[in-house]
Amino acid sequence: MTSVSVSQAGSPELMSVEGISVSLSGRQILDDVSFGVRAGEFTGLIGSNGAGKTTLLRVILGLQRPSAGRVLVLGAPRGGRNRSIGYVPQKVLLDPDMPLRARDLVALGIDGHRFGFPLPSKERREAVDAMLHAVDADRFADSRVGTLSGGEQQRVLIAHALIGRPQLLVLDEPLANLDLRSGQEIVGLLDRIADEQQIAVLLSAHEMNPLLPVIDRIVYLAGGRAASGTTEEVVRDEVLSALYGHEVHVHTLHGRILVVAGPTEESSISPGAITGTI
Amino acid sequence: MRWLFEPGFFSSHPVHVAIVVGSIVAVVSAVVGVFTVMRGQSFAGHSLADVSTAGGSGAVLFNVNPLFGFVAGGVVGAGAMELVGVRRARGRDLATGIVLGASIGLAALFLYLSATHSSTTGASQQILFGSIFEIDGSTVAIVVVLSVICLGIMAAVQRPLLLSSVSMDMAAARGVPVRFVGLAYMLALALAVGLSSLAIGAILSTALLIGPAAVALRLTRRIGWAIVAACLTGIGATTVGVLLAYDSYDWNSRHAAWPVSFFIVIIIFLAYLATEVPLVRAGSDPVRPLEVDQ
Repeated sequence: MTSVSVSQAGSPELMSVEGISVSLSGRQILDDVSFGVRAGEFTGLIGSNGAGKTTLLRVILGLQRPSAGRVLVLGAPRGGRNRSIGYVPQKVLLDPDMPLRARDLVALGIDGHRFGFPLPSKERREAVDAMLHAVDADRFADSRVGTLSGGEQQRVLIAHALIGRPQLLVLDEPLANLDLRSGQEIVGLLDRIADEQQIAVLLSAHEMNPLLPVIDRIVYLAGGRAASGTTEEVVRDEVLSALYGHEVHVHTLHGRILVVAGPTEESSISPGAITGTI
Repeated sequence: MRWLFEPGFFSSHPVHVAIVVGSIVAVVSAVVGVFTVMRGQSFAGHSLADVSTAGGSGAVLFNVNPLFGFVAGGVVGAGAMELVGVRRARGRDLATGIVLGASIGLAALFLYLSATHSSTTGASQQILFGSIFEIDGSTVAIVVVLSVICLGIMAAVQRPLLLSSVSMDMAAARGVPVRFVGLAYMLALALAVGLSSLAIGAILSTALLIGPAAVALRLTRRIGWAIVAACLTGIGATTVGVLLAYDSYDWNSRHAAWPVSFFIVIIIFLAYLATEVPLVRAGSDPVRPLEVDQ
């Protein structure tokens, strides 16, 4: 089965993922995934752990070669070094003893890929200060990054990714290790930045509810396959059941969406699973 | 002052050479060491030291300048470690462990053969614990050349290296050639370990690499200052170590000077202990008022 792209309307695509498949050591991680991201849009890449979110993001970033399909950025196949995409990875190595202040990490976003010594300039320093201010990080600009809280580190990493002026900001599970309030603050910040700087945001998460107020589109990953569109278009019984390959139901409870497996225990077990156990 | 500076300290040629070479090696080790500690790769440094030991002992056996042996061993080891791959951490642990065992075994054989087949009786002491008082003029020139190469590599890759130390993926996504940068850094590490082996011995070389860097990282939160502090700690430790070793000649009636390496390593150890004192550890306190900078 191929991916479902439920809606096609809107502005021209900033980035499009076309029929991406990835197999890693014989296991199919992604199966013919297609979707597009438009300028100024906030897209949530939703899926449970192991659904292939990180692999998909790595393909988009050029860190993983797909076995089939391609990624187009502004209509052209993405080059090996594409700085129109900013990236906030899920895991960063930030030891408290690392002599790296928040402002140093942000400055690396300007010229961290360059060889040799940086030329200290007023312009560079002002750009860093402005970026730190834009993500509300002035307060801890001179603290070691490793000593900051998870939410504060996320702000610094977002500033690091944004200072290169990307058109698309990709974040891998930025809310995974945050408490609810910090998570909400980060989501609010991203929404504001996407709006102010007219950039697209693509954010992966295993829980869609914290993102519902801000996302314009959703890409739902399950079993290596994807469905994309607005939340109303994608998060429906028939779309998700087709994606999972077995019956699931979508329930809305106090504005929160719950996706649960089929009506009874028996019917939620697919024939394939039964054969597999014998 | 006579009790501190023994007669002849300022006029002794070997002492001058020892202090100059020791300081150069301390600077190289400090610069590379700050990155090594930051990247959590002190084990890699230690592994290269073991491979260097085999190289150095082999060089003695074949009458080649041990410095070439140290560096050649380190470079081959660094290349092998990169080949085995950074990502397969588990496989690398095993492979590294086995290669290290073999290296030290080779070193044992080479040193035994040197001792039995030739008159170089001091070879073991020289390779394992250093020979800073016995460095000739041509070796000083090689030390300078290798140090310039090593510092040149570090100056060139510092920013991409720092970025990939934070996150390999983040650096790669920005177009940093992470494999190349990693290899360049391993080469610099091999050179630093080789030079350090010459100064304080292959077994102790990581002390000069890791120690001053570890001290510096506790004192400051800026990488530039960390490198400066590590250099000063390293230079201080080697210079005072040479001075004390020279003095120790008169500490007993048999006039048997204590090894320089002992003093250098102990001074570094004491400096590290001193940074545990809360007053000194201001740099890592997140609630400390912002320092005036830039």
